[in-house]
Amino acid sequence: MRQLHAEWTKLRTSPGTKWLLAGIIAATVALSALACAAIVCRASDCGQDPVKLSLTGTLLGQAVVAILAVLAVGGEYSTGLARVTYTAMPRRLGVLAAKAAVVTAAVVAAAAVAVPISMLAGHALLPAQSFTPPASAVLRAGAGTVLYLGLIALLSLGLATAMRSSAAAIGTVLGLLFVIPILTQAVSDPAWQRHLEQSAPMSAGLAIQATRDLQDLPLSPWAGLGVLALWAAGALGLGAWTLLGRDV
Amino acid sequence: MRNLLHAEWTKLRTLPGWIFAMIAAAGAMLALGLLPGLQGSCGTQGPQSQCVAAVGPDGLEVSDSFTFVHQAMTGDGTITARVSQMTGQRLGPDGEQDAMAPWAKAGLIVKDGTAAGSAYAAVMVTGAHGVRMQHNYLYDKAGPAGQVTQTQPRWLRLTRSGDTITGQSSPDGVTWNTVATVPLKHLPPTVLIGMFVTSPQYAEAMNESLGAVGASGGPTKATATFDHLDRTGPWSEQRLGGSTNFEVPGVGFEPTDTGFTITGSGDIAPAVAGPAGAGVSITETLVGTFAALIFVVVIGVGYITGEYRHGMIRMTLAATPRRGRVLAAKAAVLGATVFTLGLAVAAIVVIFGQKVLRGNGVYVLPATGATQLRVIAGTAALLSVASVLALGWGALLRRSATAVTAAVLTIVLPYLLAMTVLPAGAAQWLLRISPAAAFALQQSTPQYYQVANLYLPNSGYYPLPGWAGLAVLAAWTAAVLGLAAHRLHRRDA
Repeated sequence: MRQLHAEWTKLRTSPGTKWLLAGIIAATVALSALACAAIVCRASDCGQDPVKLSLTGTLLGQAVVAILAVLAVGGEYSTGLARVTYTAMPRRLGVLAAKAAVVTAAVVAAAAVAVPISMLAGHALLPAQSFTPPASAVLRAGAGTVLYLGLIALLSLGLATAMRSSAAAIGTVLGLLFVIPILTQAVSDPAWQRHLEQSAPMSAGLAIQATRDLQDLPLSPWAGLGVLALWAAGALGLGAWTLLGRDV
Repeated sequence: MRNLLHAEWTKLRTLPGWIFAMIAAAGAMLALGLLPGLQGSCGTQGPQSQCVAAVGPDGLEVSDSFTFVHQAMTGDGTITARVSQMTGQRLGPDGEQDAMAPWAKAGLIVKDGTAAGSAYAAVMVTGAHGVRMQHNYLYDKAGPAGQVTQTQPRWLRLTRSGDTITGQSSPDGVTWNTVATVPLKHLPPTVLIGMFVTSPQYAEAMNESLGAVGASGGPTKATATFDHLDRTGPWSEQRLGGSTNFEVPGVGFEPTDTGFTITGSGDIAPAVAGPAGAGVSITETLVGTFAALIFVVVIGVGYITGEYRHGMIRMTLAATPRRGRVLAAKAAVLGATVFTLGLAVAAIVVIFGQKVLRGNGVYVLPATGATQLRVIAGTAALLSVASVLALGWGALLRRSATAVTAAVLTIVLPYLLAMTVLPAGAAQWLLRISPAAAFALQQSTPQYYQVANLYLPNSGYYPLPGWAGLAVLAAWTAAVLGLAAHRLHRRDA
């Protein structure tokens, strides 16, 4: 509890936090609205899943989430605050858990604001008759996107703890998120392409946003989010392991 | 300045992890370029399975498919004919419909035999681009505009004189207008001369909203009536080129009282990569550039933010009070190092990656030496300028996580959006103004105005030429570095 309070104070008083949280919302909503405004629809069909389209901004928002999570760890190492932290609270795993809880809570709160606004903007910008998926699927896509951003925060936090350098950690996170889909596009073998789509954190995790043609997805929406959760768990495990085994 | 450069080189050299990051960048490009998962079927199932593509006199792949009514001609000579009618049909899933392809061609041709890709020169009327004189697939010259109709026939004349061919056109057969005189090197004494008709594939986007193109297309055919021939028979007819010219119904020729009616399908033009294009371009070997980009961005950012973190910047600026020069020296050292590394790695990947792909049975579109050189140097320039842009973001934002993200988002995200979710119009717009425009340097398949195709980013066609794309990236870099220099002057270190 004491650890949670300490981590919350650090996050709250860090100068960038409120701007980054606002950035998550702004980036997600702005890119989503732009994508919906740019699309050319024919009558009732936009050629794409309208719900997924109205959440396009997740692509940009997740990068801001990654910055927030990486800075929460990396900032502490670069200023030497980490030594004070672990002297005051020697149970290192407790500190990591508290930090993960606080950062994820902040990200989920921002995402819970950004996602409904993006979806409402999509609803307003896209032709009404194209926006007709079942309500349960819309709810799943929205709630799933909030969870997706929370898991991205955990993934970034774990990698930053393992690497301790903000620059290297953010590079790794952005590489995992953005470069794997580009490499996937270049693979011509359909079986390999499917395997990559099933295992890459972004393409698997974003399956949660699909509301139509579910049978064409490389894996089911919740299974996709599960793959991302495995990535996040793996990164946190790696972070915990290096945290215990190394000097601060 | 020399001392400054030396100091900055020493700092780069001793930056923790920089060797690891550089090796990782090079390794990612090499691994993804030389150990590709691509497998093809060309030549792997015995000699019958060789992928033989027509290659033109310039070493590029070409389409050479048309209906040819010809006779041999030895030495110099002339052929004259009148095209009195030209119609076109499109063959869609629901049957034939009347629609002339804008680049449907009917006219006179002199050609070095019937082998696919052999040299030729032709003067022709087209569906919507008037009279043209074309030769050796790549070269096109415009003549008088206007379509052929029954009331407006078009006279054409082709003259061989040694190694030069002259194409002329006339509205009435009396007043002649020279369209072009072109050189055709190494032409044997005996060539084939005659009439030809062809009509290229059409392609249209099924849904403009999809970035990942759903293209629909199919063959077209054209029929032209030739009369007032000045050469007498015998004539032989031959359908040259790919299977489409055999499968399309109605292709062939029919003698009339005054000449011939010829129907053809196909094209005599450079081959283009597109939704229906076979094979991969040499750009495919450079897919690792994206991974390398992340590494050089991290190096570029860490090169300056590391100084802030360790307080080194105060010493640096105390030693060199002219702060702008520090930034310039850093940019020069970093840019030159990344360029050198990028050049070496890109050269290895492009040269040996093609061999690996061919060995795996993948058909690699041929590219000229100049194009390969441009793609290699362009990749090195792209990585180099991108690392300097990252340095600028680092100097401006001073926090490595924010700076790395800014650099990656401005370069990689626009590319990813353009290739996947954005509609074609927005994708092209984004690839004009964002730093991702510089990926145009890696385009290895040229765009030809005389070949109708969907020239879209996700089939490897960028809206800007390579040098302009690099200029866009350089402008971003100059702007960010300028802002950073300004801020460095104004603020305490």
